[in-house]
Amino acid sequence: MVNDGSEPSVEVESPEPGAYNLRLYVAGQTPKSLAAIANLKAICEDHLSGRYSIEVIDLTVTPQLAAGDQIVALPTLVRTLPPPLKRVIGDLSNTEKVLVGLDIRPRLASTS
Amino acid sequence: MQHLQDHHASAAAAGLAKTPTGIRGLDDITLGGLPNGRPSLLCGAAGCGKTLFSMTFLVNGVIAYDEPGVFMSFEERARDLEDNVASLGYHVADLVAAKKLVIDHIHIEHSEIEESGEYDLEGLFVRLGFAIDSIGAKRVVLDTIEALFSGLADTALLRAELRRLFGWLKDKGVTAIITAERGEGQLTRFGIEEYVSDCVILLDNRVEEQITTRRLRVVKYRGSAHGTNEYPFLIDDEGITVLPITSAGLEHKISQEPVSTGVDDLDAMLGAGGYFRGSSVLISGLAGTGKSTYGAAFVDAACRRGARCLYFAFEESPEQIARNMRSVGFNLQRHVDSGLLRFEAARPSIYGFEMHLARMYRDIERFEPQAIVVDPISAFRGPSLEIHATLVRLADICKSRGITAVFTSLSTVGDQMNESERSVSSLMDTWISLTDMEANGERNRVLYILKSRGMSHSKQLREYLLSDNGIHFVDVYAGPEGVLTGTARLAQEARERESSNARQQNIQKMHRELTRKREAAERRIAELHADLAREEDEVQRIIEQEETREETLGTDRSTMATARGHQHGQ
Repeated sequence: MVNDGSEPSVEVESPEPGAYNLRLYVAGQTPKSLAAIANLKAICEDHLSGRYSIEVIDLTVTPQLAAGDQIVALPTLVRTLPPPLKRVIGDLSNTEKVLVGLDIRPRLASTS
Repeated sequence: MQHLQDHHASAAAAGLAKTPTGIRGLDDITLGGLPNGRPSLLCGAAGCGKTLFSMTFLVNGVIAYDEPGVFMSFEERARDLEDNVASLGYHVADLVAAKKLVIDHIHIEHSEIEESGEYDLEGLFVRLGFAIDSIGAKRVVLDTIEALFSGLADTALLRAELRRLFGWLKDKGVTAIITAERGEGQLTRFGIEEYVSDCVILLDNRVEEQITTRRLRVVKYRGSAHGTNEYPFLIDDEGITVLPITSAGLEHKISQEPVSTGVDDLDAMLGAGGYFRGSSVLISGLAGTGKSTYGAAFVDAACRRGARCLYFAFEESPEQIARNMRSVGFNLQRHVDSGLLRFEAARPSIYGFEMHLARMYRDIERFEPQAIVVDPISAFRGPSLEIHATLVRLADICKSRGITAVFTSLSTVGDQMNESERSVSSLMDTWISLTDMEANGERNRVLYILKSRGMSHSKQLREYLLSDNGIHFVDVYAGPEGVLTGTARLAQEARERESSNARQQNIQKMHRELTRKREAAERRIAELHADLAREEDEVQRIIEQEETREETLGTDRSTMATARGHQHGQ
């Protein structure tokens, strides 16, 4: 699961130590895919500003990458760093669940 | 199985294309295999062999039909899977390396996944599509797809996606097996039989009297005839064998050709000169009457003719049989070495009755013998109905292939027929009974033919001896005092000889008497002759005397007349 940084659809925003490395798997430019990308960017800007990197992988282009991260449902967001590996599936429209899923916010603290 | 082959042909002609699984028996039951280009459902409780079954489908596809396959495992990891199927003799890793097989393990852990918003299973489609396209797969297995239900919360979405997946598989044109756990009151736990409706096969694993029997049933097969019974199947180091029970009907060809029993005297007793080729023979008898020896004699004779024989031993090891039979003059090891004879030995309690049958069926299929011996069928214990059903199938399998089958059965003293005999007696074309006759402190072995269909056989009881050069018959004394064997027979024969001697002496005495009487009579006749002769002599003498006197008297008279005339004449 090494981020080789050579993907065509990589958007890198200030990779610094302790940062969140996020990988978003989608299949084509479906409404769900586009929604997921937009939702993820918004959440990261709001909560992880300056310490995250997002890699979007389109499986219609690189289907061989699906097995490596055990992708079944799409869209799937995988947090590769910091460990442990975390997954969130869906179009990420429920911000609260994304924050819990990525361990950005503890499950009980729920202020928006 | 010839008529089934015909069915294959007619099914193909009807237009329903089928993909052979390469699993012996299953392709017979389904009349050709699984529906080509469609998904089939394979369901059963845990431990039924679903994974092994579906992996066999793929491995056979690669090896026998040159159809690459994809195995999507939702439960076992690829490595574990490879290790598990290695026990069936499959070298899956080699096939993977040769790009004939793809194994993809799909792991979904509910606790690791957070769901946020809408999603679909496109990722699964992408992986499956990629795997299929990478090797040009024609066969796909999804094992066990219901694992998704425990990994993902939205079951309504899952159902919709599964429906889409099965449709997608059809569009891809791959022949797929989808496995599922058996559910309460329905075929699968999550009711996915609703979506996979072309062909549903149910596997079952039942334990009866501590013996497990695996069974298979084709629940439905849209657009095709199929066998509807439960069929036992076997998983062992040589793969999977399904036993098609109904594959054999009563339409087998019969033969008039006799095959030697290996005992010349028995050949003579059976009117035809031996058993008929392809017939079923039961040799029942008490312990130690030489049932196995008759089996060995038959095998030995068959191998000498160059026929292939399969000997199923359930009580003795092959070495033991070979050694024991050498003592009665049958060198079976020679035939084993030449490849004509094969022993298959197993303890009856290792598997269920039907599993034994499945194994025998497989061995017969593989070895293609002309003759088999099952020694003994009485070793099997179980419900008589099951024994009967199983033996019917075995006899049918043999008959349909023209294999002459000799079954031995151990009888017990007291009851004439035991369970296994009673249940198979009607199946047997020839039934030879071996018994012991006990008298005068010894046992002697006696044989008789209870029945032998289609030949005029001897009804005699015959005593036989197991010598160091085979089995030999001795004439039995059958008389008013019953059947006598052994020393009783010898004694009786001695008695007969004695009385015969007495009769001889009597005759000689009568002869002597007669001779004596004749001599006496002749003596009397001689005496009478002598008397007569004496009398004749006497009479002759008297006559002569009389004549002499007459003469003398005449002479005297003339003398006197002369004398007187002289006196008168003067």
